[in-house]
Amino acid sequence: MTLSTGIDIAYLVAAVTFILALRGLSSPRHARKGNIIGAIGMVIAVGVTFARPGLTHFGLIAIAMVIGAAIAVPAARLVKMTAIPQMVAMFNGVGGGAAALVSLSEFARYSHHHVAIYKIVEVLLGVIIGCISFAGSAISFAKLQEMMPTRPITYPAQQVVNGVIAAGILALAGLVLATNSTLTLVILLVVALVLGVAFTLPIGGADVPVLISLLNSFTGLAVAASGFVLHSTVLVVGGTLVGASGALLTQMMSKAMGRSITNIIFGAFGAVVTASGSMERSGGGSVKSGTPEDIGVLLAYSRKVAIVPGYGLAVAQAQHVARELADSLAKRGVDVFYAIHPVAGRMPGHMNVLLAEANVPYEQLKEMDIANMELPTTDVALVVGANDVVNPAARNTPGSPIYGMPILNVDAAANIVFLKRSMRPGFAGIDNELLYDPKTTMLFGDAKDMLTKLVAAVEAS
Amino acid sequence: MTGSILNLITVFVLAGFLGFEVISKVPSILHTPLMSGTNAIHGVILVGAIIVTGTAHGNAQLALGFATIVLATLNVVGGFVVTDRMLEMFKTKSQRATEAARHTDAGIPPETGSSARGQGKG
Repeated sequence: MTLSTGIDIAYLVAAVTFILALRGLSSPRHARKGNIIGAIGMVIAVGVTFARPGLTHFGLIAIAMVIGAAIAVPAARLVKMTAIPQMVAMFNGVGGGAAALVSLSEFARYSHHHVAIYKIVEVLLGVIIGCISFAGSAISFAKLQEMMPTRPITYPAQQVVNGVIAAGILALAGLVLATNSTLTLVILLVVALVLGVAFTLPIGGADVPVLISLLNSFTGLAVAASGFVLHSTVLVVGGTLVGASGALLTQMMSKAMGRSITNIIFGAFGAVVTASGSMERSGGGSVKSGTPEDIGVLLAYSRKVAIVPGYGLAVAQAQHVARELADSLAKRGVDVFYAIHPVAGRMPGHMNVLLAEANVPYEQLKEMDIANMELPTTDVALVVGANDVVNPAARNTPGSPIYGMPILNVDAAANIVFLKRSMRPGFAGIDNELLYDPKTTMLFGDAKDMLTKLVAAVEAS
Repeated sequence: MTGSILNLITVFVLAGFLGFEVISKVPSILHTPLMSGTNAIHGVILVGAIIVTGTAHGNAQLALGFATIVLATLNVVGGFVVTDRMLEMFKTKSQRATEAARHTDAGIPPETGSSARGQGKG
């Protein structure tokens, strides 16, 4: 067996581990093992690459890898669970950037010779898709980190401007094909970055997770394109697997939010802000606010309580106190469950991760469909830092931007308690009529603070 | 050359179908970990980054390669670590009990420890 055959076999093994990793990640029982199998495959793929004939500069390569790992490990380990979505965005973006640079490097080498058109097309795809993914992920990161407004940023004729930029990219691509000029490719790279920024600006904060998933799929395709450029099967397999599964995952996510992908990308969702910050609505509804003691008694003497956690709970790091409250209610014989909306938190499944971190028993977590069957017989629905996912406008107001999104029907419960910092609307920026419902009591304050007071009140009553 | 590009296209098409098929039934609680896990897998671009850097000529190409490797390593290492951290949270009740037993019974004879682990698996 020659060396290169051995290397190819190792790459094949790695490709198989990626498939096994994906399969493992689709089931709760095998997810962690799947991820580890993928990591082992990656170590194999990277390791055997060093054995390829003709490679030099090992010292430089090693230093670069050590630097990358030295940044990545602490960043990934120390980041708060609430900030996980932006970390995923960042790691995805750098992957896209790397794919673009790999294609660019390769192109810089053969631009002087006569090159087959299809090879240049491969390079162009790698550079364009990789750069869009890089720049788009950077904007997603900034939005989630609240380094820039989370609301959609719109301006007149935005889609026309984006169209012009896209046309510019096509024109530059044509020029690269005609001239083989590296300089033109670099200009194209910059314009592709601009397009990545321009097309993500109008996407509102609530939709950013779907956007990240879409960009994840893009990076996969950019990596596959680099695989074509370098004639590397393992890159093509790894990249394409992610491109395809990422596209499917994006579709699943947007379905969970009741929206279409085109609507998310071109809809400037949540740009329309209705009333906010006022205690009195033009419609004349008023808000009832309560004390922790009142609510504590109400909870303690209920038969069934649903806790509806939202991003506010995560931000306040209140998942542990929420569990204390659930435990002390359960001790009194109250039937407690968590009603989890698929997009509670900032990403599908994000809330499950946060609650699992607080050791909430798996059996108490109820997914939306089951929770909605339980809610009509629920005495108190305690909404902690959630808003859009319980907004009846999604059912009742055809004009509303969230119309059609499946929601948790907390309005079916006998009593509703909203634990919120203020009357400010949720991430999507839409007013929630439920706050003015006669069944609703507001409990204003920091989620963690208020939950702690509620625990004390329940224990006292 | 056309033969090898056709081979790659074959691989591309098959991997595409496989990518769709293999995750067709994912519970929504795993959407985020799956996104993060696939994110780590496209970190395989590190292989490409090493190849272009290892064959680079001149300082400009080397500098570009160096930056590419840093980015790719961030992607692959960060991707796997962050996914593992998320999945750490998904434990069944018995796994948690096992872990608690391991933490509290650090000094007890090994038989008890192994039987607790056995229960955890069952």
